[in-house]
Amino acid sequence: MTNIEIDGKQVSVAPGATLMDAATQLGIYIPYFCYHKKLSIAANCRMCLVQIEKAPKPMPACSTPAVEGMKVSTHSAMAIASQKGQMEFLLINHPLDCPICDQGGECQLQDLSVGYGASSSRYTEPKRVVANKNLGPLISTDMTRCILCTRCVRFGQEIAGIMELGMAGRGEHAEILTFVGNSVDSELSGNMIDLCPVGALVSKPFRYSARTWELSRRRSISPHCGLGSNLVVQIKQNRVMRVLPRESEEINECWISDKDRFSYEGLNSEERLTTPMIKRDGKWQECDWQTALEFVATGLKATKENHGAQSIGALASPHSTLEELYLLQKMVRAMGSGNVDHRLRQSDFRADGQLQGAPWLGMKIAEISQLKSALVIGSTLRKDHPLIAQRLRQAVKQGGELNLINPFGDDLLTEVANHAVVAPDAIATILAQVLRSAAELKDVEIPDTVKKTVVTDTARAIAVSLIDNKPAAIFLGNLAQHQPQYADIHLLAQHIARITEASFGVLGEAANSVGAYLVGAVPGIDTVGLINGSHKVGMGGRNASQMLGLSDTPAADQCRSYLLMNLEPELDSYNPQQAMKALQGADLVVMMSAYKKNATSIDYADVLLPIAPFTETSGTFINTEGRAQSFNGVVAPLGEARPAWKVLRVLGNLMQLSGFDYETPEQVRAEIFPTDRDITSHLNNSLDNLAIGEPALASSGLQRIGEVPIYQADPIVRRAESLQRTHDAAAPSAWMSGILLDKLGVTAGDTVRVKQGDGEVQITAARDDKLPNNCVRVASAHPLTAALGGMFGEIMVERL
Amino acid sequence: MLTAESLKKIEHEVAKYPAEQKRSAVMSALAIAQDEKGWLANETMDFIAHYLGMPPIAVYEVATFYNMYDLKPVGKYKVTVCTNLPCALSGGNDAAAHLKQKLGIGFNQTTPDGSFTLKEGECLGACGDAPVMLVNNKRMCSFMSNDKIDQLLEDLSK
Repeated sequence: MTNIEIDGKQVSVAPGATLMDAATQLGIYIPYFCYHKKLSIAANCRMCLVQIEKAPKPMPACSTPAVEGMKVSTHSAMAIASQKGQMEFLLINHPLDCPICDQGGECQLQDLSVGYGASSSRYTEPKRVVANKNLGPLISTDMTRCILCTRCVRFGQEIAGIMELGMAGRGEHAEILTFVGNSVDSELSGNMIDLCPVGALVSKPFRYSARTWELSRRRSISPHCGLGSNLVVQIKQNRVMRVLPRESEEINECWISDKDRFSYEGLNSEERLTTPMIKRDGKWQECDWQTALEFVATGLKATKENHGAQSIGALASPHSTLEELYLLQKMVRAMGSGNVDHRLRQSDFRADGQLQGAPWLGMKIAEISQLKSALVIGSTLRKDHPLIAQRLRQAVKQGGELNLINPFGDDLLTEVANHAVVAPDAIATILAQVLRSAAELKDVEIPDTVKKTVVTDTARAIAVSLIDNKPAAIFLGNLAQHQPQYADIHLLAQHIARITEASFGVLGEAANSVGAYLVGAVPGIDTVGLINGSHKVGMGGRNASQMLGLSDTPAADQCRSYLLMNLEPELDSYNPQQAMKALQGADLVVMMSAYKKNATSIDYADVLLPIAPFTETSGTFINTEGRAQSFNGVVAPLGEARPAWKVLRVLGNLMQLSGFDYETPEQVRAEIFPTDRDITSHLNNSLDNLAIGEPALASSGLQRIGEVPIYQADPIVRRAESLQRTHDAAAPSAWMSGILLDKLGVTAGDTVRVKQGDGEVQITAARDDKLPNNCVRVASAHPLTAALGGMFGEIMVERL
Repeated sequence: MLTAESLKKIEHEVAKYPAEQKRSAVMSALAIAQDEKGWLANETMDFIAHYLGMPPIAVYEVATFYNMYDLKPVGKYKVTVCTNLPCALSGGNDAAAHLKQKLGIGFNQTTPDGSFTLKEGECLGACGDAPVMLVNNKRMCSFMSNDKIDQLLEDLSK
């Protein structure tokens, strides 16, 4: 440890620590602009100049390492004079437009100029003016205000992994810009707005809509990806105006993804459902809650009487809160049906009944940054889990090896040690190769079916990387989970993890993927034994795929009534084509949703119940590492919308089901989590009693890779207008390798007819030579491709 | 984009650095590309960025920082006059004025016949030789009195 003295106070810091670190430790404030604890040190704003005994000149605290015996003064006459002098320099070219600047009131330059600035300027010459840049739909610029701290540039290089902004020119001519007018497309770009210490980069959607001091700040939790980012939601007049990150070192650090930051626009969308509606004679009519709920209760009772309780099915989005999911399954089970599921996009349910607990990350989120080897299987990681991708980037920077098995060669903006790009149906095959290789290296016995596989060099390299580097981890991404061979992939990955002694995890697709399992929003909970309580043992149930007729369900077994919560089945299910058929053939479809489409277009629903999104209800999400995070509503529900837990409670009472007498969400929570309840003991990725089967034969035809686009993943983000204007939200194309394009006689840019099942769409063909030659990448969950079938499986492409 | 000869020269520069730090060759690569193309178009910088595996904006940062890189087409001969303080005290500005008058153009302009471009330069590291000039980034000319400037322009015009 190094002992130094700052302002007369002794402190000992780790070797290599800077004076800024030491001052932070002592709680002594040193002004700064360019310094940021998560970014590299630039020392270019010079605001943190301090006096060091025996040093002839002031030194920047952020970049000066502490040396034994150093005596530092942060507030001596020399230090203050230097800081004041520096402030004068910074203000020379800074415009005095605070009254119209969005940063006003939360501006570091404004704040510090109060403490260090002079009351008037001695500079009378013309100030420099810098042209504004168009950085895309999310970031608005006022480059004249820029003080060239380069935080945004360093953020791109170091955190986002892609240097999109740079400082061109020198001296007076230096300015921050992108290369020849490109936009900033990183999925983490919004963080640059937070980092900018002045008003040069501000939020475009928020611009000129409120002053910071008019906003109330409320804590919340992100409802999107499985990370559970901590948020500050800022509101004005009962409207969400802006979302910012709330620092949580163990989860999102000080960042949030653009999806978390800008999705709030969807909360104020025109498409919000604000009154209950019933379809009578094919026409939608608004009605009051009493009528709507009685309609639902009567309908469900009728279904139960006429077709039996098992013909009632409940499907909920894993973006729903724990309380909502718990009450939904409680209600359905109380009616006598075990048909409840949240895994709308899953297609392979063979693992059900073998799973020993709720699938989870297998480790703490924070531990990802320390991994020395990681294998990510089937994931559009940057788009699905932007901040987990960021953590892996940090791990690679510290010498970790990142291995990927994916059906595409998307750039993760970091160095990848081994990358196996194979068709979706060959993922299991390559995992078998990794397993065989690992077993041989560790001299472990494996099933004969695996012994026969021929190991490729990449597979062997992946096995070596996982064995040689510790800590190591294997993660299953969203694509792997949606894949029709998910059980095989899961089982193989589990075996590889056991042999290589790597941690094994499933990346949570949605905010409450783990929670949905824990509260029993899956059929057959007895086997998992997750919720203790009053449920009948042995009550089986149908999974999402069976309920929606995706698997070969006999018509007689199909559900007659559906309860849909927070879902848009035409976009949120594995096979929208089949899902629509099942729903259109049903007697009663109850849609609990925060949104209506153009109401006439929801032809499959019979009643619409307006429920509150995450900002308007109290709730809990359990994130992918198994951390329960509760939040309160930050604004009152819009119109007649009500929190779904209340709706389910009233519905339960209307149907005379017992145990629905909750008065507060805390009571629901208390029932879910008795005080002795330990979540972690219920988290388990193991599949027992499932044997590794013969590797599936590779299909001969073209296969679809149907990933969920980043800004189509849930109903809220679909309606976030600014996000929908980004490059990531571009309309889906049929991406194919050059070889496949040639084979089909198509050129990139042509419109092609894409057929799957009995649906077809016409979209543009595009070229991506990193795709396997038997694959067509067509995004799912998008209105343009909703007419197609499953997210994976055979697909046909024809030239027009 | 670039000729095999230029690429060979760039490869020679790249070989001077560790494989994972080949972006260190960016300045040489830009110079070689400019020698071939005469100036650095955005496409040229984009090519170099891909060639060296670095973000295009990082190449642009370097190209805009040093004034020997020309981001716009220049004449056959680019004459750069140093007007920094030591040169200015020893006749740098006079030399610049003489050049302007002789060529009939101002700074950052090119003569109509496309043979001369005049640039205002930063310190060339030879203040004792002031006034100093640089022709086409490579040829250093010291003690540039008006006579010597006339002589230089005459030689170049031949």
